[in-house]
Amino acid sequence: MPAPRTLLDKIWDDHVVCTPPGELPLLYIDRPLGHEVPSPQAVEGLRLAGRRVRRPEATFATPDHNVPTSDRRLPIADPVSKQQIDTLRANCREFGVRLYDLGDADQGIVHVIGPELGITQPGMTIVCGDSHTATHGALGALAFGIGTSEVEHVLATQTLRQAKPKSLEMRVDGELRLGVTAKDLVLYLIGRLSTEGGTGHVIEYTGACIRGLGMEQRMTVCNMSIEAGARAGMIAPDAVTFDYLRGRDFAPRDFDRAVAAWERLPSDPGAAYDRVQVFAAADVVPQVTWGTNPAQVTGVDAVVPDPASFADPNDRSSAERALEYMGLRGGTRIVDIPLDRVFIGSCTNSRIEDLRAAARVVQGRTVASTVRAMVVPGSGRVKRQAEEEGLDRVFREAGFDWREAGCSMCLGMNPDTLAPGERCASTSNRNFEGRQGKGGRTHLVSPAMAAAAAVTGHFVDIRGWEYR
Amino acid sequence: MQSFTTHSGIVAALDRANVDTDQIIPKQFLKRIERTGFGQFLFFDWRFRADGTPEPAFELNRPEAAGASILLARRNFGCGSSREHAPWALADYGFRAVIAPTFADIFFNNCFQNGMVPIRLDEADVDELFRRVAAATAAGGQYRMHVDLRECRVADDAGFARPFTVDAFRRQCLLEGLDDIGLSLRHADQITAWEAAHGVPAAAG
Ligand code: SF4
Repeated sequence: MPAPRTLLDKIWDDHVVCTPPGELPLLYIDRPLGHEVPSPQAVEGLRLAGRRVRRPEATFATPDHNVPTSDRRLPIADPVSKQQIDTLRANCREFGVRLYDLGDADQGIVHVIGPELGITQPGMTIVCGDSHTATHGALGALAFGIGTSEVEHVLATQTLRQAKPKSLEMRVDGELRLGVTAKDLVLYLIGRLSTEGGTGHVIEYTGACIRGLGMEQRMTVCNMSIEAGARAGMIAPDAVTFDYLRGRDFAPRDFDRAVAAWERLPSDPGAAYDRVQVFAAADVVPQVTWGTNPAQVTGVDAVVPDPASFADPNDRSSAERALEYMGLRGGTRIVDIPLDRVFIGSCTNSRIEDLRAAARVVQGRTVASTVRAMVVPGSGRVKRQAEEEGLDRVFREAGFDWREAGCSMCLGMNPDTLAPGERCASTSNRNFEGRQGKGGRTHLVSPAMAAAAAVTGHFVDIRGWEYR
Repeated sequence: MQSFTTHSGIVAALDRANVDTDQIIPKQFLKRIERTGFGQFLFFDWRFRADGTPEPAFELNRPEAAGASILLARRNFGCGSSREHAPWALADYGFRAVIAPTFADIFFNNCFQNGMVPIRLDEADVDELFRRVAAATAAGGQYRMHVDLRECRVADDAGFARPFTVDAFRRQCLLEGLDDIGLSLRHADQITAWEAAHGVPAAAG
């Protein structure tokens, strides 16, 4: 009998084109995805070398990082952003790559539209010049971020030079408690693993808790794998995955046959991972980051830690630096931290289920007078769906800004940014210094926690919140 | 691709862990569509004050780091985004090697594409190097090291010498400055065969 294999082993084995002696394996890439930031230089490299895109029909692109999320009828005010987006357009036209452009009804954050359009499928290898490509692993794909030179390599050869990463099983037993979401789970896991605990590994999330998550929640979990340093995150495909994909634009035409193949992907019983870590879902409470990396996180019912409490000198100096930047003191209760801004969006939490969760909290309430809050749907489709369900009205009536799709204040490359010193509850994935604007202070939370914080003006434990 | 065989240079010490790519090259500078000219923006938010003048306290602005071409840092250097703008900025500023206990994966891979060697050393060795930089600074001088990629060795002039490991293929590409796309295209027949075996429509001519 062949040795039992993991999901990663199966996708890997299936995609190794060859391993020339003395060289790294060439891994076949099914789907290169692109956005405006890393692409211009990669395509310029191709052009200079007189190379072509090997499979333009397998390649998809959309502008998301730089795009304005206010009125799309106006021209892009920033000339440099405009040039970057214009370059993406010209390149896609020249090389015959499918572009979901601004003004296209399905434009959005590349990691939101990939699954949404069915471009992302189980068993595929997917790359993008963006570290949150791990999101697509939620559907049982091997998906990871690469640099511009590697993008160029993939466009030219449809392959990538890769050493096989190690595997890390993160098993989460049991069920999440009421009010605790996939975002809280992944923040908790990163807190346990550290920002580099996953380096060199692909994480496969397993266990009853993961199986119980809906497709969009699984995307939230896989999305943040990179924040633990992992190459990728993945979840074995199952009925949840197949139901999600059925009928989507790029889903295989012979869907049942595809499902039959996908059903062979999950890890075999007894397959060995390089490392295994086990967690209990019941231990997870709603999470709030207090520092300047996603592992600097704690429960909403806790206090900001005292840097002196860290045994490791690196951790201690990181915590000191982080608290100084964040304008916080050890011992402060998380629920006593006041906020200026709230951002609901990003490839982590801008899908319809995220917006529904936030709207349920906001319904019939108003944003605190001290807070400016905004909702940025992840894609044109999410936006339309939300408007059909009347979620936009719930948000607007409460005093939220309701925006067009894009990355927006996740990284503040467009005009949506924090001012120095402003403090924000954000559903995005990075609380790095200056991430949302120079001097801005970011606390990562779930959509429901962000919504409640918008209403009260400070963090609240969503578990005690009264829903309508 | 720019090649690398050996390099000797001044070491700049950046005593911070988890230096992320958002710090190495802040996003306001990602809008350029070239690969060059990013050095002026390296560590921008740390390096410059609000009025645009250099922040004298920042490690790279101190006299002992003037002209540095080897960067010494703590754990998990280059974490965060996949932006290759980070190694572009470091290389453009003049760095040829970065030494740290650990690196984030994507950053680590991106270095090789840009003629720059990421060198992993034990935490204790990195501690020792920080001490040596501090001692040289206290004596009013600068600290130099030598990187030899042929031998996979780093050393100083005062008895410190350690081997380091890099993947053999990436090392070869870097030593010879090989065009790795060209190398991969040599296997075009095998790529086409893989596609045929997997029912992928043949790439148009
Ligand atoms: S939403 Fe944020 S993390 Fe996601 S792709 Fe955009 S900028 Fe990157």
